[in-house]
Amino acid sequence: MAAPSAAGPSAPAGVARPPPPRPGGARAWLRASLFGSPSSAAATLLLLAGLAWLLPRALDWLLFRAVFRADYEACRALEYTGACWGFVAEKHRLVLFGRYPWGEHWRPLLATLILVATLALSGHPRAWRRGLLAVWAVALAAFVLLMRGGVLGLSRVESGSWGGLPLTIILTVVAMAASLPLGIGLALGRRSRLPLLRAVSTLYIELVRGVPLITVLFVASFLFPLLLPAGLRLDALGRVALGMTLFQAAYMAEVVRAGLQALPRGQGEAAAALGLSTWQAQRRVILPQALLLVIPNFVNSLLSTFLDTSLVTVVSIYDLTGALRLALGDPLWRNFFLEGYLFVAAIYFTCCLAMSRYSRWLEGRLSSGRRR
Amino acid sequence: MAEPIIQLTGVNKWFGSFHVLRDVDLSVAAGERIVVCGPSGSGKSTLIRCINGLEEHQEGRIVVDGVELTDELGSVDRVRREVGMVFQQWNLFPHLTALENLTLAPTQVLKLPRAEAEERAREQLRRVHIERHADKYPGQLSGGEQQRVAIARALCMQPRIMLFDEPTSALDPEMVKEVLDAMLELAQGGMTMLVVTHEMGFARSVADRVVFMDQGRIVEQKAPREFFGNPEHERTRDFLAKVLPR
Repeated sequence: MAAPSAAGPSAPAGVARPPPPRPGGARAWLRASLFGSPSSAAATLLLLAGLAWLLPRALDWLLFRAVFRADYEACRALEYTGACWGFVAEKHRLVLFGRYPWGEHWRPLLATLILVATLALSGHPRAWRRGLLAVWAVALAAFVLLMRGGVLGLSRVESGSWGGLPLTIILTVVAMAASLPLGIGLALGRRSRLPLLRAVSTLYIELVRGVPLITVLFVASFLFPLLLPAGLRLDALGRVALGMTLFQAAYMAEVVRAGLQALPRGQGEAAAALGLSTWQAQRRVILPQALLLVIPNFVNSLLSTFLDTSLVTVVSIYDLTGALRLALGDPLWRNFFLEGYLFVAAIYFTCCLAMSRYSRWLEGRLSSGRRR
Repeated sequence: MAEPIIQLTGVNKWFGSFHVLRDVDLSVAAGERIVVCGPSGSGKSTLIRCINGLEEHQEGRIVVDGVELTDELGSVDRVRREVGMVFQQWNLFPHLTALENLTLAPTQVLKLPRAEAEERAREQLRRVHIERHADKYPGQLSGGEQQRVAIARALCMQPRIMLFDEPTSALDPEMVKEVLDAMLELAQGGMTMLVVTHEMGFARSVADRVVFMDQGRIVEQKAPREFFGNPEHERTRDFLAKVLPR
């Protein structure tokens, strides 16, 4: 029998009333979702057994038996039965900041915080206005100023000595930011009515997407100096940033193109019928909608670019992963590479988790409200 | 009769190998209201889309307000200055408010100052009785309201000619009337109108001339009284028998 509703059984038919309460409580939920059928019950039990076996061992190694002090003798005495976080305690500054002069570590720390704060600020749709570009210009200038020095009484530190987390973040930011306009240009080029422009754009996109990033990085490091005119010398970091940008642009072009294709034809036709030029239509009507549509894909490629920066190690640039390898160069501690990699992985993971949570929040925000 | 404002002579068009417009001749005088009807696939939408250059014709001449539509750069732009269009699916810009939809082209194309463009926009919104929705986004409006915003948007460019491509076909029945009323008011104001529609009531009461198309040809064109009362061709009689209530 149906429970009487809040409005009471005497409420006249056709009057709006709240829905009947759902059959419920935690027990019902547990039964339905974990033990709803024999196979689901079996899966639940199997997973629980697996966790019961794994968790105590993992916690034992990670926490209960672990050594947290930078005490080499204590770590050796463990004989790998527990984690030696002493490695992290001893080397974390080297991992985070690479070969940057030890006494000046506040500079990369501050520079990183500035970038992260600017990123966080840019995440909110309310910040998406023209002024944001100025904020970024200031933030990037501050970053370079702090890192490079040579003015305001800061000692000069060449980019060859930069390393660790600030390098990972700046490479990601530069590659993403610079590849966006390039990618938009390539995407529009690929959809252009001009055959030559279309062919060149398509060729570029397909060529670059058919090559691994590592090849691009080698080309950027060793071939760019030969190809670029003598007046335009880039240091190793600049070359790698350029290489990553050119690589990422091809992927960005496809992300943007997906957005362009998702828009109904009528949008462009309506703009044309109103007399807008192709360029005005793209800028005011098509691109704002297309870019909004692909924000989740954009965050997705932000994530993969962030992780891809770890490849720059192969051309002797010490990003987070590269700096870890520097730290592991110490013969005393090199056996504790697992702890080192876990530490670095935790940093990557935290950043990526933040980004993907952000992406979900943003999707929810953008799909509610003004949009259909 | 004065110089026609729209003159089509021997227009032919193909989609791939499909011959969609066949030797179309049509001449429209300034201030004339024309309803184009015919079975689906007869080329009526394509016909009016050729008049503002959304589709290119391959043979024949199309002259709009003294400007011939050619490959020459700029001829399409000049024609579009004089021709407004309303689409079946409204095609409002969903990322802009109703008011911004209306001010976009005047500020971008005519380079009007913002204040002036907004004043013009509000006047047009008033005209279609939708001023109170000026700051809403299209997604917050009903289909009928969106279509009225679309009409106002086209009017903001002060065109001499308005094209309507099945403006009520995508609407729920109870919203058809509000859009037809807006079009009726426009017609009474003396606008030159070409309307592709299945609303035979509208054709009967508003049109100066009804153009019937079938298989890419104009089969007959007549004043509505004669068109409905005394259709000449077999195809026309067939069509009317299907669309008119018995």
